[in-house]
Amino acid sequence: MTGTVLEVDGLSVDIRTPHGTVRAVDKVSFSARRGRTLALLGESGCGKSMTAQAVVSLLDPTAEVAGGRVLLDGTDLVAADEQTRRAMAGPELAIVFQDALTALNPVYTVGTQLAEPFRIHRGLSRKQARREAVDLMARVGIPEPETRVDTYPHQFSGGMRQRLLIAVAVALSPSVLLADEPTTALDVTVQAQIMQLLRELRTERDMSVVLITHDLALVAEQADEVAVMYAGNVVESGPVREVFDRPRHPYTRGLLDSVPVHAARGEHLKSIGGAPPDLHSIPAGCVYQDRCPLVRDLCRTRRPQPAEVAPGRTAACHFSAEVK
Amino acid sequence: MFHFVRRRMLSSVLPLVAVLLGVFVLARLTGDPASLYLPESATPAQRAAFTERNGFDDSIWQQIADYFGGVFQLDFGESLRTGESAATMALRAFPATLQLAGATMLIAAAGAVVIGSWAAFRPNSLADRIASFLSMTAASVPDFWFAITGVWIFAVGLGALPTSGVSDGMLSWVLPVATLAIRPLGVLTQVVRGAMVSALSAPYVRLARSKGAGSVRVVSHHALRNAAAPALTVAGDLTVSLVNGAVVVETIFGWPGIGKLMIDSITGRDFAVLQAAVLLTAVTIFVLNIVIDVCYALLDARVRETATV
Repeated sequence: MTGTVLEVDGLSVDIRTPHGTVRAVDKVSFSARRGRTLALLGESGCGKSMTAQAVVSLLDPTAEVAGGRVLLDGTDLVAADEQTRRAMAGPELAIVFQDALTALNPVYTVGTQLAEPFRIHRGLSRKQARREAVDLMARVGIPEPETRVDTYPHQFSGGMRQRLLIAVAVALSPSVLLADEPTTALDVTVQAQIMQLLRELRTERDMSVVLITHDLALVAEQADEVAVMYAGNVVESGPVREVFDRPRHPYTRGLLDSVPVHAARGEHLKSIGGAPPDLHSIPAGCVYQDRCPLVRDLCRTRRPQPAEVAPGRTAACHFSAEVK
Repeated sequence: MFHFVRRRMLSSVLPLVAVLLGVFVLARLTGDPASLYLPESATPAQRAAFTERNGFDDSIWQQIADYFGGVFQLDFGESLRTGESAATMALRAFPATLQLAGATMLIAAAGAVVIGSWAAFRPNSLADRIASFLSMTAASVPDFWFAITGVWIFAVGLGALPTSGVSDGMLSWVLPVATLAIRPLGVLTQVVRGAMVSALSAPYVRLARSKGAGSVRVVSHHALRNAAAPALTVAGDLTVSLVNGAVVVETIFGWPGIGKLMIDSITGRDFAVLQAAVLLTAVTIFVLNIVIDVCYALLDARVRETATV
């Protein structure tokens, strides 16, 4: 596909736990294009954040990539050495973390932290880097950047801290920006501003944005394409409008049905029955079998692989044609 | 910051007076100096004259009033043994103790930062487990045992190091510093390791890595400064106990510091010198605590704000 900058191909991540190794991300594939937003959608624990961390090579020490490729402009980050990965972290690939309130280092001024990418990758002097930091703060909408550059993270509100994190991430205009639940910690009015800022920056710097979220509404508003994850697998992917209008996987259907659009007062909200499988005992066959309304014998024995169901769309379901 | 330091100094005055008062009374419980300084054959008249000359016949309240009156005019009394000014003796002995404590803490802190960070970088690795075991052992060994064992092996057995004194230049420093450093090194290593383990798994370290920062930068720049606060607390405590506890090690190694001076003046019932030495030590400990608090403020802006309120 033209304009593809990030291609994740069959990426698997294992976690070592006291009860053995579990597969948290299982052969996940997706691709992200310049100037577009791809959403990784899924509920807590589905492996979406783990996928993002694996892409930027920042997994916890207990987790490791067990297979697959992460191609960034043709370079495989999984196979690359530490030196190459570090050289790309910032100028090519950046991430905005979920925990905006704690992600900044409390003992350094925000200016120092914003200047760091310029110091590390461009070798700018302290003074030049500070200049860049001030510009960056102005760009992400922080008032009085000239004076606030010398203040500390705890002197900023949650929304402002998230703006600072975004500033750090876009400092060197990376090709790909991963945003891991960038608005979860923030209140609703601030969420909209942050998403607006991300969209502007994406267009302005021609970045590809990978938005990791559990929020269907956010995906509908912000993303061009979506990959729906369930229990470490991508179960459906494609353009957001098509996927949301006519889902081809029962899980996506279930998610969309859970959105209270037409619910009347007093009426029970719909939800998907059951809970996602424990990673220690992923069933043979389809990962969604225990909650699926369409489940049949085949689903219990054979794992459906993502297959093209329409141009640019995949679904991992034996009976995707029957999803309504 | 200045207000903060001034307030701390003012609030230290009362505890200092209490310490001095305590030593003053306790010292007088050790017995009558007259029986130590006069020959056994001294007549009661001679004893009375000695007691009167040194003011020991006044009521304890009168003695206290006289002493504190002198202290406020920076007159700390004279030594019974040498007749020298007590303050002069204490100040002369003090640099030896400070040098010993300084060298010890420098070695302990540098060692702890390096070993602790290295162990924390890969938690539960073999290197980490070895470091943890050794530091635990070091923290648990009593210093007098280490001192005596050290003297036995290196001074008596191998003859490589002097048994005591300060006359052999650098070599005289080895055993006292090693003895004093071993426990602080063990304790500090464990504190640094613990603080570094949690700092290295903090979100800000992940942020630093996402900027392409290498391991050296992550450890030295991002994690260490955050881990410094708990280490500083413990290091401060250890320094205080070094200045205090030098008594044992100085006695074993014949180191002419304040600890040895204290012991000598206790056994010699040389009250004025003892009081001067204790006062000097106490003042140093208060100053140290202020310095530690200032260091906190320098390390972390959040402390700075609450300190100036």
